Amino acid sequence: MARIEFEGVSKVFARHTQRKLLRGYLHGLLARHRTEKFYALKDVSFQIGRGESVAIVGSNGAGKSTLLSLIAGISSPNEGRVHVEGKVAALLDLGSGFHPELTGRENIHLNGALLGLKRRQVIEKEESIIDFAGLSDFIDEPLKTYSSGMTMRLAFSVAIELDPDILIVDEVLAVGDLAFQTKCLAKVRQFVEAGKTMLAVSHNAATIRELCRRAIWLDHGRLMMDGEIDAVIQAYERR
Amino acid sequence: MKTWHGDFWYALSTLVMKDFRVRYRNMSLGVAWSVLNPLVMMTVLWFVFTKLYPAGRQEHFPLFVLCGLVPYNFFTIAWVGATVSLIENAQLIKRVPVPREVIPIASVLSNCVQMGAQLGLVLVMAFVLGVGANRQWLWLPVIWLLYVGFVCGLGLLSAALDVYVRDLRYLVESVNVVLFWLVPIWYGFEQIAPEYRTIYGYNPVAAMVMAMRRVMLEAQPPGSSILWNLAFASVFMLVLGTVSFRLLKRRFYEYL
Repeated sequence: MARIEFEGVSKVFARHTQRKLLRGYLHGLLARHRTEKFYALKDVSFQIGRGESVAIVGSNGAGKSTLLSLIAGISSPNEGRVHVEGKVAALLDLGSGFHPELTGRENIHLNGALLGLKRRQVIEKEESIIDFAGLSDFIDEPLKTYSSGMTMRLAFSVAIELDPDILIVDEVLAVGDLAFQTKCLAKVRQFVEAGKTMLAVSHNAATIRELCRRAIWLDHGRLMMDGEIDAVIQAYERR
Repeated sequence: MKTWHGDFWYALSTLVMKDFRVRYRNMSLGVAWSVLNPLVMMTVLWFVFTKLYPAGRQEHFPLFVLCGLVPYNFFTIAWVGATVSLIENAQLIKRVPVPREVIPIASVLSNCVQMGAQLGLVLVMAFVLGVGANRQWLWLPVIWLLYVGFVCGLGLLSAALDVYVRDLRYLVESVNVVLFWLVPIWYGFEQIAPEYRTIYGYNPVAAMVMAMRRVMLEAQPPGSSILWNLAFASVFMLVLGTVSFRLLKRRFYEYL
């Protein structure tokens, strides 16, 4: 049974930024000119089963983040059908819900609540989050005193507590110093080994080769190739 | 398709707490600051309308004015805040599947702390001026609950629209300026010419001001017509806000 299903999915963005202002709407009404559209994804179909770990490869602007946002339920397709089964945790741009004036501990609650943890779960896991991030000495200091590496470590530690069925990882494995990266990788590997579904976007071929068996190659919103990881990466690098 | 399995009320309360902490942590006087603004406005209006240009012969004019200023202040600040809340949290909305409704509602509710402090000032003023407390004060939680509900609904609607039409914010600000004169803040309902009174009846902010005055100054219940007015505005706006938000949120990702 497939956990993630894309059926002829297209996602369109309007190129016209002017339209966001009232003037743009009036102009659009009067002049009746067509807004330029571009496809971030065009007629993409694939299925990902339970327990698969899949890498999404492609150059900048290929549609990788758009694809992940559809799976995460943050946006919806213009054409086609997206079907996702199970609890999704999307580690996209870690720490988007953080506030610099709050302490690390307060940010754990804030970010945990926004990501979808319940109060009880956050209280239960608070210590293990702090421990995993290795921040016990600074946890009651305001976040603005943290280095960017420390902030990312805290964000990753909260997000990983979601215990999802489907884990989406967007370039976040380059978090913190080398020691912490190793810890993150180990954690993600645990997920894969526990039979959970994982999707990863990374420009680091070695990392995704190690984590994933399958890869999907996107280019300008089109699905170029879907198959065994080494073959796809080879084709992608030769293009 | 549901990808978020969290607790709406937990998310809401942490967001409200965040706003509260961020706003008051770096202020030495804390919540006292929020009482300062209505106090200054009250003094200015009292000076203008009782000393310079005695327009109304209202008894207990400072309390009379505060009953207008506090609902008006809450309305304007909460409405503008909610309108821009989605834009200001664009990063969050594009990365986390948290129910989008939580953002404008938290924005409105986070102003309730300030509003509570200002309401406290109104109560204190009643004692200072020798008006004193009365049993009708029990109506205050009821009318404020309806009023906050109304602003939440309006905030949902304007926040969703603001994502598509960014200059809505300026329209909201202009409406707020106009409202200062169209809501009976420094004048009473009786001073309005009878032919315009029905129009005032349709304005929930005006209804709230009148309800406050009946309770605080006349020691009367708000009255059924004002209560119905507030209740209708509250339910209508919450339904309209929720429904339109649900329709409009589908394309937030592209427009943010």
